[in-house]
Amino acid sequence: MAYSEKLLEHFKKPKNVGTLDKASKSVGTGLVGAPECGDVMRLQIEVDEESKIIKDAKFKTFGCGSAIASSSLATEWLKGKSIDEALAIDNMAIVEELALPPVKIHCSVLAEDAIKGAIADYKKKNEA
Amino acid sequence: MDNRLIYLDNNATTPTDPRVVDAMIPYFHQLHGNAASRNHPFGWAAEEAVDNARNQIADLISVDPREIIFTSGATESDNLALKGVYEMYSRKGNHIITLKTEHKAVLDSCKRIEKMGGEITYLDVNDKGLVNLEELEAAITDKTILVSIMFANNETGVIQPMKEIGDICAKKGVLFMSDATQAVGKIPVNPKELGIHLMAFTGHKMYGPKGVGVLFVNRKNPRVKVTAQIDGGGHERGMRSGTLNVPGIVGMGKACALAQAEMIDEAKRLSALRDKLETGLCQLEETYINGDVNNRMPHVTNISFKHVEGEGLMMTFNQNIGVSSGSACTSASLEPSYVLIALGLGDDLAHSSIRFSLGRFTTDEDIDLAIKQVSEGVTHMRDLSPIWEMYKEGVDLDAVQWSAH
Repeated sequence: MAYSEKLLEHFKKPKNVGTLDKASKSVGTGLVGAPECGDVMRLQIEVDEESKIIKDAKFKTFGCGSAIASSSLATEWLKGKSIDEALAIDNMAIVEELALPPVKIHCSVLAEDAIKGAIADYKKKNEA
Repeated sequence: MDNRLIYLDNNATTPTDPRVVDAMIPYFHQLHGNAASRNHPFGWAAEEAVDNARNQIADLISVDPREIIFTSGATESDNLALKGVYEMYSRKGNHIITLKTEHKAVLDSCKRIEKMGGEITYLDVNDKGLVNLEELEAAITDKTILVSIMFANNETGVIQPMKEIGDICAKKGVLFMSDATQAVGKIPVNPKELGIHLMAFTGHKMYGPKGVGVLFVNRKNPRVKVTAQIDGGGHERGMRSGTLNVPGIVGMGKACALAQAEMIDEAKRLSALRDKLETGLCQLEETYINGDVNNRMPHVTNISFKHVEGEGLMMTFNQNIGVSSGSACTSASLEPSYVLIALGLGDDLAHSSIRFSLGRFTTDEDIDLAIKQVSEGVTHMRDLSPIWEMYKEGVDLDAVQWSAH
């Protein structure tokens, strides 16, 4: 199976690998997948208190090349977006951007779930 | 950056030895005859070539040449042995015993036999990948006609206790069939000494061509027969019709002759290289060798790199190195290797496994580069892995509420 140049680039030199302080009120963490399924994605966002814009995003992923590339791309897209804009990111946009083959579509679904999970965690911390 | 291509997937298929290719070439054009054409020199030359190859193959496994049935490959040989015995011996019984770790050619043939009314027992293996002999003996009933147990496993290289299995089958009076695809030509295999009555193997796993295989069928004590699964001209003693693949058969014969001359020294060389690869890679933390290290093929190792997903790991070095993974991220089912699961590995370790299978053309330099690139790949993937980070922080991964998908 031949992968796209963009996918290989995100796999070999992934963007925004790392860990944010999950205890911080301005950080939301999404952890999705399971080791026995062969995919675990942890995606974190840091939201600016004043502007409510996502100012940083980090990820770590256990999984195949497509899962790693999908999460790397997702963090790139998240930075600079508002929460509402981030919620609008659709997995099919990731599929198109990375030219994921049909058997890898679940990797993009996982990335979308991780984004939604991170936002839900952030919202929960900042309720009231 | 070293840009050589390194092939460590010889259990998938081996390169055809150039000496084999040279032996085959005359039989495509100059000596193109049909071995069944009995009335002209073209046919005689083809028949002579097939007879010679049959002798070379029979010599390698110490059997009578008349016990060699040519097929298109080991998959067909497995199908013919299982379905052919099931049909031929249906009056005696309908029960066949096999292992959960068999190749799909055996397991899927057994599934078909179940649909035809047969009963199949799929025995478990222990955590080393070995059959339990007491369970095997206890599973044999008065309806049992055949025990089918592979010689060496394709994923782990684990070798089953063939002589002990053969003794049990002899004692109980049931036929013993073995898929010996991964063993023949690499280690000495003698079905007569082991009590094997039917044995499948193929050319392309032993530096011969693809598209030619063999089923050994015992002729005496007991005289074994299989019902043909392909009807036609009644070739191969009526057990497998179809014009013989003369160039392929010549190539397989040559491959067997080369193996007979070289396999003992070659097995020593490969096991030293395999051990070097294992020692090098096991310098990495949380690295596990799968299968019984005391009973396995000299050229194979199957290693799990914990908290790293196998297919992703392969992508770090697959521009240079060809291997296989027990992770099945590409398959729609997302199920990891059923062989490793049968050994009791958790799904996570099965997803983290890589099979390295060395071969005749593997060099010391290949192994040096493989150790370097695979180690770098594992480190890269662990730097990216949230599970590795959690493991390093001392998080109990079993206690985490994962969201299975």
